[in-house]
Amino acid sequence: MKALGSSIFSRLVIIVPYVWLLLFFLVPFVIVFRISLSTTAIAQPPYEPVFSLADGLSGIIDNIRQLSFDNFVWLTEDALYLNAYLSSIKIAGISTLLTLLIAYPIAYGMAQAPRTWRPTLLMLVILPFWTSFLIRVYAWIAILKPEGLLNQLLLSVGIISEPLIILNTNWAIYIGIVYSYLPFMILPIYSALEKMDHSLIEAAQDLGCPPITAFWKVTFPLSLAGVVAGCMLVFIPAVGEFVIPDLLGGSQTLMIGKTLWNEFNSNRDWPVSAAVATVLLLILVVPIVFFQNMQAKADEKGR
Amino acid sequence: MKSLGNIRRSFAPWADPQSKPFISFRNITKKFGDFTAVDNLTLDIYHREFFALLGASGCGKSTLLRMLAGFERPTSGEIILDGQDIAAIPPYKRPVNMMFQSYALFPHMTVESNIGFGLRQDGMPKAEIGERVQQMLKLVKLEQFAKRKPQQLSGGQRQRVALARSLAKRPKVLLLDEPLGALDKKLREETQFELMDLQQQLGLTFVVVTHDQEEAMTMADRIAVMSHGKVVQVATPAEIYEAPNSRFVADFIGDVNILEGNVKAAGNGRVELAGGDFTVRAVSDAAPSVGTSAAFAIRPEKLKVSRTAPADPAVNTSEGEIWDIAYLGDMTVLHIKLPSGKVVKTSMLNAQREVENPIGYDEKVWVSFAETAGVVLRD
Repeated sequence: MKALGSSIFSRLVIIVPYVWLLLFFLVPFVIVFRISLSTTAIAQPPYEPVFSLADGLSGIIDNIRQLSFDNFVWLTEDALYLNAYLSSIKIAGISTLLTLLIAYPIAYGMAQAPRTWRPTLLMLVILPFWTSFLIRVYAWIAILKPEGLLNQLLLSVGIISEPLIILNTNWAIYIGIVYSYLPFMILPIYSALEKMDHSLIEAAQDLGCPPITAFWKVTFPLSLAGVVAGCMLVFIPAVGEFVIPDLLGGSQTLMIGKTLWNEFNSNRDWPVSAAVATVLLLILVVPIVFFQNMQAKADEKGR
Repeated sequence: MKSLGNIRRSFAPWADPQSKPFISFRNITKKFGDFTAVDNLTLDIYHREFFALLGASGCGKSTLLRMLAGFERPTSGEIILDGQDIAAIPPYKRPVNMMFQSYALFPHMTVESNIGFGLRQDGMPKAEIGERVQQMLKLVKLEQFAKRKPQQLSGGQRQRVALARSLAKRPKVLLLDEPLGALDKKLREETQFELMDLQQQLGLTFVVVTHDQEEAMTMADRIAVMSHGKVVQVATPAEIYEAPNSRFVADFIGDVNILEGNVKAAGNGRVELAGGDFTVRAVSDAAPSVGTSAAFAIRPEKLKVSRTAPADPAVNTSEGEIWDIAYLGDMTVLHIKLPSGKVVKTSMLNAQREVENPIGYDEKVWVSFAETAGVVLRD
């Protein structure tokens, strides 16, 4: 009886995350996908009704016949969307790389710091989260604008003679994304480095590696899991980022989050914006699933 | 192995004033802040020697080993290896390799690449690396595990990989930091003998750090007993056991009974002590001044226990009462309470399968020992 009880309990424990995903991911996704198959209409909500249980069976079949993938075809016909996707991926990719380059040395330094300092350093990394994200992004406007703090500083020191134009360029977006997502990169890398046995580095040195070689041959490969996790945590939200490009970027900055917002609010074209969202999800999910499959296979092979 | 055994018996370069030490620590001091880990230590180790640094944790033995490997720099003093001062040479350029206590195997590499790691660093040609790795795998009997990752091996197998990796570069000196600490007792005993055979086969100098005196006594040609950053005694296992130079060493290595007394007479290689329970007459070169206090250290197995009084009950003899009996299979340990209340420990080998009429609890017995059975320690 006891075994049965515990097996029911362990199943319940597994079910909880699945139910969560079902309710808050799959169901909303199905709703969005359903809208993407419809067409716009001057109505409330602004699209032709898609199947609903109230119509009865014949009504549902009727509605399904009317569904079309026209919105997805439309995305391929107007270069705006493709460009927006590519530009988002490019901006997210560059930002992720920059974040990694800054986060790795910080995480490494934290992992090397005396044990008693580490909680404080960790606290300092998390501290910015205590202020509103929006306020922090607005603060960057004050720093980056032509008469802002950064330019004032550089002018007064004499490094530059004319104010730099950073705000409303892609550089401002990079700065905004790197700043906002830095903790998401630092924490997984730190956790990978922190649990590493220091004697591994000594062993590498003992076997003839100068410290830099020891880093590339031992430390870095062993922190790779943290690097990958950090890159995903930064890249995925950065691709769909809306607030940062909207506030810091220029009018010519093309990012899919902004395009989506325009379709949804300015054009009131819910079906197209739903199609944009669906494709965005596929772009992000497919490579991740592929990558995880590959990693699982590699693990299998190592056994 | 037999012929090597004979070489072994006559191997004693430390006794030969002609032979030059291979490794010399000269006035080495190492401080960590206020803490002195190694205190003005001087020590010589000879070529092909199996040398053990023995001591409790925190005695400085690991720090000494790490200075030899290059992970710590001495605060003062010099370390000479094969005629060269190595204090300024970084660890990756030293002709020594270390086997780590945690083994420190690279988890992202196979057994093969772990063993070949140092060779690749040296830029050895690929074919040669493959050959050497095969050799090493054979040496530690792990040929069929070449493609495994360390986490897929047992503790004993990991230990062998670590050993193979540290030997692959053919170092002049192999350093072993508690090499057997993570193994269970049976495997540890087997591996002790394997390490000894390996060391003789390869003709290398081994320096091992251990807190396990039995391990040190089994494997080492000489042992340095360390305490508080200093070497207390350096000698062969037999000398350390039979003739400890201090209470600390006598107490640290094996079991010992310390009999306190006042020096009544000393000279001509003999010492007489007057103690509470015993009048000790011993053969000893120690010449404590008459009237001072001294101690006589004697091992449990060297105390004789009998029901009848020995021939001369006035010398090296005391009455006593059996206080505790512990039967250990191969031997029986008796705790005997002497008239003063002091309890001494004796052990008797159980040479016969059954002992007729064994000594029982609370029995009155005589405890005695020979003049050459122990050593006189000065305070």
